[in-house]
Amino acid sequence: MRGNITMGRPFWLALAMATALGAVGVLQSWNVALAILNLQLISAVMALGVNIQWGYAGLFNFGIMGFTALGGLAAVLVAMPPVAEAWAAGGRGMAMAAITMTGTAAAVWALQRLIRIKALRGPAVVLVFVVGLALTRSFYGPSVAAIEAVDSSVTGFLGGLGLPITLSWLAGGALAAAVAWVIGRITLGLQSDYLAIATLGISAVLVAVLKNEDWLARGVKNVTTLPRPVPYEQDLQGQGWFMDLAARVGMDPFLLSGIVVKALYALLLGSVLLALFWLSHRALHSPWGRMMRAIRDNRDAAEAMGKDVTRRHLQVFILGSTVVGIAGAMLVTLNGQFTPAAYNPFRYTFLVWVMVIVGGSGNNGGAILGGFLIWFLWVQAEVGGPWLMAMVTSGLQEDSPLRQHLLNVAPHMRQLLMGVLLLVVLRLSPQGLLPEQRGKHGLAQQQITTEHS
Amino acid sequence: MATKTETNGPPREWHRPWGIAVGVALLLIVLPLVGREGAGVNLLNALVRFANFVVIPGMTYGSQLALGALGVTLIYAVMRFSDFAHGDTMAFGAMGVILATRVLQGMGISAGPLPTALLALPFGILGAVTLALVFDRTVYRFYRRQRAAPVTFVIASIGAMFVTNGLVRLIIGPSDQRFADGARFIIRVQAFKEMTGLSEGLALRTTQAITLVVAVVVVLALFLFLNRTSLGKAMRAYADNEDLALLSGINPERVALWTWILAATLATIAGTLYGLDKSFKPFTYFQLLLPIFASAIVGGIGKPLGAIAGGFVVAFSEIALTYPYRKVLDYLGFETDSLVQLLSADYKFAVCFIILVVVLIWRPRGIFQGRVI
Amino acid sequence: MADPFLIGEAMTCGYGDANILHGCTIAVEQGEIAVIVGPNGAGKSTAMKAVFGLLPLRGGVVRLGGQDISTLTPPDRVAAGMGFVPQTNNVFPSLTIRENLEMGAYLCPQNIEDRIAQLTNLFPILKERSQQPAGELSGGQRQQVAVARAMMTQPRVLMLDEPTAGVSPILVQELFARIQEIAAAGIAVLIVEQNARQALSLAHRGFVLVQGKNRFTGTGQDLLNDPDVRQSFLGG
Repeated sequence: MRGNITMGRPFWLALAMATALGAVGVLQSWNVALAILNLQLISAVMALGVNIQWGYAGLFNFGIMGFTALGGLAAVLVAMPPVAEAWAAGGRGMAMAAITMTGTAAAVWALQRLIRIKALRGPAVVLVFVVGLALTRSFYGPSVAAIEAVDSSVTGFLGGLGLPITLSWLAGGALAAAVAWVIGRITLGLQSDYLAIATLGISAVLVAVLKNEDWLARGVKNVTTLPRPVPYEQDLQGQGWFMDLAARVGMDPFLLSGIVVKALYALLLGSVLLALFWLSHRALHSPWGRMMRAIRDNRDAAEAMGKDVTRRHLQVFILGSTVVGIAGAMLVTLNGQFTPAAYNPFRYTFLVWVMVIVGGSGNNGGAILGGFLIWFLWVQAEVGGPWLMAMVTSGLQEDSPLRQHLLNVAPHMRQLLMGVLLLVVLRLSPQGLLPEQRGKHGLAQQQITTEHS
Repeated sequence: MATKTETNGPPREWHRPWGIAVGVALLLIVLPLVGREGAGVNLLNALVRFANFVVIPGMTYGSQLALGALGVTLIYAVMRFSDFAHGDTMAFGAMGVILATRVLQGMGISAGPLPTALLALPFGILGAVTLALVFDRTVYRFYRRQRAAPVTFVIASIGAMFVTNGLVRLIIGPSDQRFADGARFIIRVQAFKEMTGLSEGLALRTTQAITLVVAVVVVLALFLFLNRTSLGKAMRAYADNEDLALLSGINPERVALWTWILAATLATIAGTLYGLDKSFKPFTYFQLLLPIFASAIVGGIGKPLGAIAGGFVVAFSEIALTYPYRKVLDYLGFETDSLVQLLSADYKFAVCFIILVVVLIWRPRGIFQGRVI
Repeated sequence: MADPFLIGEAMTCGYGDANILHGCTIAVEQGEIAVIVGPNGAGKSTAMKAVFGLLPLRGGVVRLGGQDISTLTPPDRVAAGMGFVPQTNNVFPSLTIRENLEMGAYLCPQNIEDRIAQLTNLFPILKERSQQPAGELSGGQRQQVAVARAMMTQPRVLMLDEPTAGVSPILVQELFARIQEIAAAGIAVLIVEQNARQALSLAHRGFVLVQGKNRFTGTGQDLLNDPDVRQSFLGG
C-alpha cells in the first residue's frame, strides 16, 4: 500500500504541475508559461542545493542568498569583457593591495604559532594587523577611486574575462564552493540555531560587499549588458528561415521568437537540472550519502564510530553551496543583468527553504517539485492576489480608499500565502509532499520532528 | 549532578603588555593636548562631538536592540528556539501603534510635547500580543505538546515570519512611514553652542530621550516581574529545568502564554521606539533580526541581563566602528585627510557578524554564560 | 491484611519493546523508610519512575492510600501528595535557594513561611544561603535543597532517587539522618540507593531487585543479616 503511494505520488504531482503550466500557456500565454518554467528550473536547482545541506546532513544554512549572489558575480566576472583602461588605472594598486592583504593574513597566522609567550601574542598580532590594514588601505583606496573613475556611467569596474557566459555556471559553482569553504571552516562547529543565524549574517555581508564594491561588479549601478548563451529575438526575426518557420506554423514572428529563445534557455537550464539531479541522486544512495544521513540522524553515534562529523559537514556544506552558486549564475544569465540590490533574504533564502520543506526534505525529487510548485505559486499569487482582491472588494465603491489601498497592496498576499502554506505542510505532512525514502527497517515511521536534533 | 554554573569567573590576570600598550597610547594622545594652546576647549569639543555622534546614538540604538533581544532571549529560554519572526513581530506591533496614532491624531488627541505614539502604545501591544497568541495556539502549541525538536520550531517561526510580514505589508504597505510628532528636540545644537560657547554642538532628540527612559522603565518592570512575582519566578524555573517545573505543578501552557505576552510587548515597544527614532519600514525591521540575535547571543542566550549587555555591545560596536573620526581627531590635534573611518557604514551587518562569530568561537555561551544551543 | 499506604503492585513496564520490570512490587507505610537496592540494571530507578508515573505501566497497579492512581500524570501525583526528588537536575540552578523552595509550594502557597521555617530547622543551609543561586552549591548542599523543595509540596510520600550520588561521605550520614527525621514525622519515604549497606541499616523495609523482579524482601536488618543477600549484593 505504502509502495503505491510513494510510486504514484511523484507522478501525479508532476502531472498536476505540468497541467498548471499548460493552463497558464493556454489561458495567459506561452511566453509567460515558459518564463515561469525557466525560473522554476533555477528554483529547483537552488532547492536541490539546500536539500543537499539540510536534507542529507541537517545543516541549517540561512545564507542561500549570499551564495546565489556569488554565482551572479561569477557571471559578471566571466562573461563581461575586461575593461583595459580600468586595469591600467588601478590594476597594479589592486594587486598590491591583494598582496599586502594576504601578507598580513599570513603574518598573523605565523605569529599565532611562532610567539610562545602567550601574553605577547595578542599585542603583536594586533600590531601586525593594524599595520597591514593601513598598508592595504593605502593601496586599495586610491586604486578603487581610479578604477571607478574610468567612464563611470558605463564601466567603472575592472570588467571580466570576456568568456562565454555558460562557463560562468561552472565558475559560479567554484566561487561559491571557495567561499563556502571559508565560511564553513568558521561556522560549522556551531549547532543548528547558531549556524542559521551566522549564515544569515554572512549572506547579508556578502550582498553588502557586492552592493558597495563598485570596482568589482559596479555595485548598485548594476551590470545590465551581460551576453547571452542563446540568440537575441531581434536576430532571429532578421533571419529568413525563421520568418519562413513562423509563416509555416502560422504564428506572429515576434511571439515565436520569444518562445524559441525561452525554450532554448529551458533546454539549457533543464539539462543542468537533470545532470545535478542525477549526480545528487547517485550521491544520496552511495555509501557517502548513507553516512551523511547516519550523521544527521544520530550525530553522537556517528562520532563515536569515528566519523569526522565536522569534516563531513564541511564537505556537504561546500557541495550544497556549489549547487546554489550554479543556480545563481544561471539566474543572472537568464536575467541578462546583475543587480545586487535585488538580493533579499525573503526571496533568495527563505523562499528556497519553503520549497525544500514543502517539497520534502531529504528527497531530491521532493526538493525539485517544491522548487517548481512554490515558484509557480509565488509568481501566480502576484497576479492572483490583485484579482482576488478585486473580487473581494467589488462590493465597495470604485473610489473608496479602502478598496484602493487593498488593490495596491494585494501583490503582497503572496508572503501570506507562503507562510500559511509552509505552516500547513509542516503540520499535516511534516516530511513534505514527497517524503524521504527511508530504509526498510521501520525508519520511515520517524517524524521530522524527532530528528535533526 | 547538574553541571555547575560558575558565576565567580576565574581571577583576572593582569596582562602587562596590554597595559603598557594602552598606557603608551594614552600618553601619545594626552601629551600633544597638554602642550597646545586652548587644549582644554578642544578636548571638550572632541568629547562633545564623540558624545553627539557615538555615545547618544549608541545608547539609543543599544536600548532598542536590548528590548528586542530581551524578547528573543525570553522565547529562547522558555521555548528553546530562535524566533525568526521576532523582527516582523516588532514591525507588526509598531504598525499597530502607527495606525492608532493616526486615529488619535484624527481625534485631535495628543501628548503635548511627547509623541502621540506613546499614547497609542497599548493598542500596538494588544495587536502584537493577539498575533503572538494566535500563532501559539495554532502553531507552536502543537509542537510543544509533541515535544518536537527545536529545528521544527525554527522552521515554524519562518512560516510565522512570512505570515506576519505579509500581514504588515497588506495592512500598511511596504513603504516608509514617519509618525513622530511633538517636540523634536530637548537640546538643540544651536542652544547647546550658545550655552557652552563650544564650537561643537550637541543635540538630544526627544525620541532619543524617550527611548532611554522607556527602556529603563520597561527593563526595571521586567526584572521586577521575573524576580518578585510568583509567575515570573515560575517562568524562570521553567526555563531552568522544565521537568522539575512540571513536577512542581507549574503549568507549561501558562508559562508559554505569558512568555508570548511579554515577548510581543517588548517587541512592540522596541519596534515603536526604533520607528520613532528612525522611521518605520517593514523590511528594516526584518533586517534588525540580525543585530538582535547577535545581541542575545553575545550576552548569553536565555539570560535577560545578557540581552541588555549584548544590545549595547552590538550597538556601540556598530556605531563606533563605522563612525568617521576625522573631526574628533582634529580637535585632538591630529589632522588627517582620511575620514578615519574603520568600516564603511554600509558594512554595519559585518560588525554584527564579526561580533557573533568571535563570541561563538571563543566564548560560545556569551558574556553571561547562557545556554549552549 | 490492610493495603500498605503506597504500593506499586506487580508492576510491568519498560522502554521501547523491552520490559525492564517484570511484575515487581514495591510498598511503603507512613512513617517508614523503604529502600530499593540491587545490582546495576536491576530496574531500581525504573521501579521508582513507574511508581511516580514517569513511565506508563503495562501491567500492575499503583495505589496511594487505597486509591488507584495508576492513570494520574506525575504533576497530578504531586498534587495527590507524592514528592519526588530526581537523581539529577533536581534543583533550579539559576533560582536562589529561597526561590527553589517557593517553587515547591507553587501549587499551594498558603503558610509558606511556616513551611520554610520548618525546613530550615531541618536543613540550616537553606537559611544561611537563602539568596544564593542553587547552581552554585556543592553536590551535598544541592541534594538538601532538592529534598527540601520536594518537602515544600507537603507530601505524604517522599521518593528519592539515589539521593547520595555525588555527595561526600560525611554529608551522606547527615542526609540520612535528616531523611530519618522526615520519616519520623509520619511521612512515607521511598529511596533508591546504590549505597546499599548504609541504606538498609536504617530501612524499615528493603526490596532487593534483580532483573526487574523482587528477589528478597524484608526489614532492613533481616536483609543485612541474610547470608544470601550479603553474599550477592553487599560484598560478603
